[in-house]
Amino acid sequence: MGTKIDRRLFLKASLTAGGALLVSVAVPGSSRAMSASLGHGTMADGGFQPNAFIKIAKDGKVTIVIGQSEMGQGVLTSLAMIVAEELEADWSKVSYESGPPDKAFINPLIGSQVTGGSTSVRAFFMPLRKAGATVREMLVSAAAQGWGVAPETCKAGNSMVTHAASGRSAGYGELLDAAAKITLSTEPKLKDPKEFKLIGKSVKRLDTPEKVNGTAEFGIDVNRPGMLFGSVQRAPVPRGTVKSVDDAPAKAVKGVVAVVNLGYGVGVVAQNYFAARKGRQALKIVWDEGSNATVSSEAILASYKDAAAKESGKAAKSVGNVATARSGAAKTVEAEYFAPFLAHATMEPMNCTADVRADGADVWCGTQSQLVVQGSVAKALGLAPEKVGVHTMLLGGGFGRRVGVDYVMDAVMLSKAAGKPVKVVWTREDDTQNDFFRPATFNKLSAGLGADGKPVFWHHKIVNGSIMGELAPAVFGFPFPADQMDDSSYEGAHNLPYSIPNFQVDWIRKDTGIPLGFWRSVGSSHTAFSVECFLDELAAAAGKDPLEYRLSLLDPKSRFAGVLKLAAEKAGWSTKPAAGVGRGIAVAESFGSYVAQVAEVSVGKDGSVKVNRVVCAVDCGQTVNPDTIEAQMEGGIIYGLTAALYGEITVKNGRIQQGNFNNYKMLRMGETPKIEVHILPSSEPHGGVGEPGTPPIAPAVVNAIFAATGKRIRSLPIRAADITG
Amino acid sequence: MIYISCPEIVLQEVRIVAKITVNKKTYETDADPSTPVLWIIRDEFGLTGTKFGCGIAQCGSCTIHIDGEPRRACITTLASVAGKEITTIEGISTASDHPLQKAWIENDVPQCGYCQSGQIMAAAGLLAKKKDPTDADIDAAMNGIICRCGTYNRIRAAIKQAAMQGGK
Ligand code: FES
Ligand code: FES
Repeated sequence: MGTKIDRRLFLKASLTAGGALLVSVAVPGSSRAMSASLGHGTMADGGFQPNAFIKIAKDGKVTIVIGQSEMGQGVLTSLAMIVAEELEADWSKVSYESGPPDKAFINPLIGSQVTGGSTSVRAFFMPLRKAGATVREMLVSAAAQGWGVAPETCKAGNSMVTHAASGRSAGYGELLDAAAKITLSTEPKLKDPKEFKLIGKSVKRLDTPEKVNGTAEFGIDVNRPGMLFGSVQRAPVPRGTVKSVDDAPAKAVKGVVAVVNLGYGVGVVAQNYFAARKGRQALKIVWDEGSNATVSSEAILASYKDAAAKESGKAAKSVGNVATARSGAAKTVEAEYFAPFLAHATMEPMNCTADVRADGADVWCGTQSQLVVQGSVAKALGLAPEKVGVHTMLLGGGFGRRVGVDYVMDAVMLSKAAGKPVKVVWTREDDTQNDFFRPATFNKLSAGLGADGKPVFWHHKIVNGSIMGELAPAVFGFPFPADQMDDSSYEGAHNLPYSIPNFQVDWIRKDTGIPLGFWRSVGSSHTAFSVECFLDELAAAAGKDPLEYRLSLLDPKSRFAGVLKLAAEKAGWSTKPAAGVGRGIAVAESFGSYVAQVAEVSVGKDGSVKVNRVVCAVDCGQTVNPDTIEAQMEGGIIYGLTAALYGEITVKNGRIQQGNFNNYKMLRMGETPKIEVHILPSSEPHGGVGEPGTPPIAPAVVNAIFAATGKRIRSLPIRAADITG
Repeated sequence: MIYISCPEIVLQEVRIVAKITVNKKTYETDADPSTPVLWIIRDEFGLTGTKFGCGIAQCGSCTIHIDGEPRRACITTLASVAGKEITTIEGISTASDHPLQKAWIENDVPQCGYCQSGQIMAAAGLLAKKKDPTDADIDAAMNGIICRCGTYNRIRAAIKQAAMQGGK
């Protein structure tokens, strides 16, 4: 299973991805599937595919093949723009398609075909520019040869090659036969960025038309000939198993075709979805609830508090000497912060359609990790990976949830049992209760201030479970020893930008049995809250303005200072807010991008919080599609604000207490603040944009509540009682 | 499906066929009359633009029009729509040129897009009643439709733009 290669890929990922999202390709056999790469050949319809990313039809239409998954972040458009820019393709005629699992689509920042860690543009900017440029050069050479002129005297543009001196021109479609004979250069000449026509300009998304007329195809929309429908009853407690099942009442339901004991649950296959659900309701299952049967949120919090008080954990970062500095501090501030488990709640519940045959299988689903799906399905069925087709559909949201393969396996096992294609659709309750949750995190913070009010030491203890400890063995297929450090538990806390001479961040790993996963912005989703609120506490203790205090601890030329100043200026930080309104600020770096947000909040006498306005400044380096950056900031803010105001998954007797949107609430139209996004012009390398909008909003709002009321919220979600109490 | 027993013949199966009109076309189905019409529209008629998000009238992803009124398909039984006119996202315009669709494209509203059929159907219901909706009207009509990607502000802008262009 190519362990060596896989291990190396994983190590590479851990070094390059900034600890954001460490995913290995170590799925049995997947490296074999990857050895055959797409590209360079004539297509059945006479078109030409010079490499994995580009198809040109005889009529000159260009199709860009995207190996990354579209989950709302606009990657189909952004990546197509990059290719089209260098290819000099006529943008009005460019379309896209989703690529299969393929070596060419391996995300170089992660080491597998994974969409996550806000990496798509960062990972593929140069590879896609090269892919476009080589094909442009090939087409130019083909035309030049035909005309008997030097390629340098020809120019490509608008899907045409022209030779100005002789007034000749040829469309890309006409050049395919000649181009097919030309060897692709591996070091093409890239365009001067000053000549970019698409990159850096706001371009309308290519996938919008199909998303407004009902034709966009998500995983849940897949239909196969002879397809049956499935629904799976999972254990009421995470990781519980089936002890016994009486399936007679389910089988008696009209339309039910098969009942399958999957071990982790029982699946019902029926001629229609309603019958599958009815059959599932009729199942009589006795569960072995396993060791999680006694887990509860209260006990987890109590044990985390206890651990923070008694254990020292392992240093994620240690500078200077916190113990010595503590004894010399003029003033010490201490606080405890808590952030709960959270579910992803993608709008489209988990689902998959599988067609398992004796000699192979196909799966259709929204996935963030095609090769993991392919490898896992192949392993489960005892097939060679290349016998497993993975068809990536649009994702009705990903947010990190769809890196898993649990929902894929449902369909695969039911299709195998039924001998027909089966579509499994989770209920909303299935989806909420069987998630891989954002880790609940307890923080114990202390800091000392010097006579000037600046921090002389900072000590942060973080207690939570390890996401990699969960996903590495279960999903990605490699061990993650108990003593290994997991950045995703404390990223954003151990790399604080503020100048603090004595600085220590300790991680105390406490797994709880509750499954954990990557949740939009991962560790930063909670560390930005604890550190940016605690810093606000220090500013208050020092009697300083929160913005001035931050800036006094930052290099004025730093990108942190840049976004803070821009957000503050646009928000009118120096002016007094309207009566009854509080203003709060926070900043965070995640996935290579720097985001500051100012929130304006009104607080009612009953403790109700209304966020009126959010001003967001982002420095994500060079841009590809600025409107998409704005959209991702807007979406990231709503996602984080939903969590700050409502988000909480709790556990009792091992059971997840929330199930649907009635008790796991989402922000709605009427609660949405005005959002203004300002992009800081930058020539730095690209940063991510899918996640970095999320971290600063919770602390900005909490800091604004403090400004409005003098009440400090230290536990999320924000509760009226914590403000009035 | 029901079974009728007769003295001479033991059991005879009688199919109950419901006729329903979707996007001006008549469809027949012999599905269980208590089936939510959402699954009939999607799985039997192949109109998959209408989405499933919660199943309990919380998210609005399944919003359709029944006799011109926005309704939740996930809690509407097949039996209850007999003789009624249903419109789905596929029916509001075939060429994506409804003023709301144009405004959605103009404002680049969708992210993942999953909620957007429901959003547009709810907005169409609003504009049919109010040509020039206020922010409060928009809140009231749209609050039931969740967008997990957070496209609300663009939805608001697009509704206003469509309203200005006389969209309904
Ligand atoms: S699926 Fe009908 S309201 Fe959510
Ligand atoms: S666009 Fe994704 S849920 Fe609305």
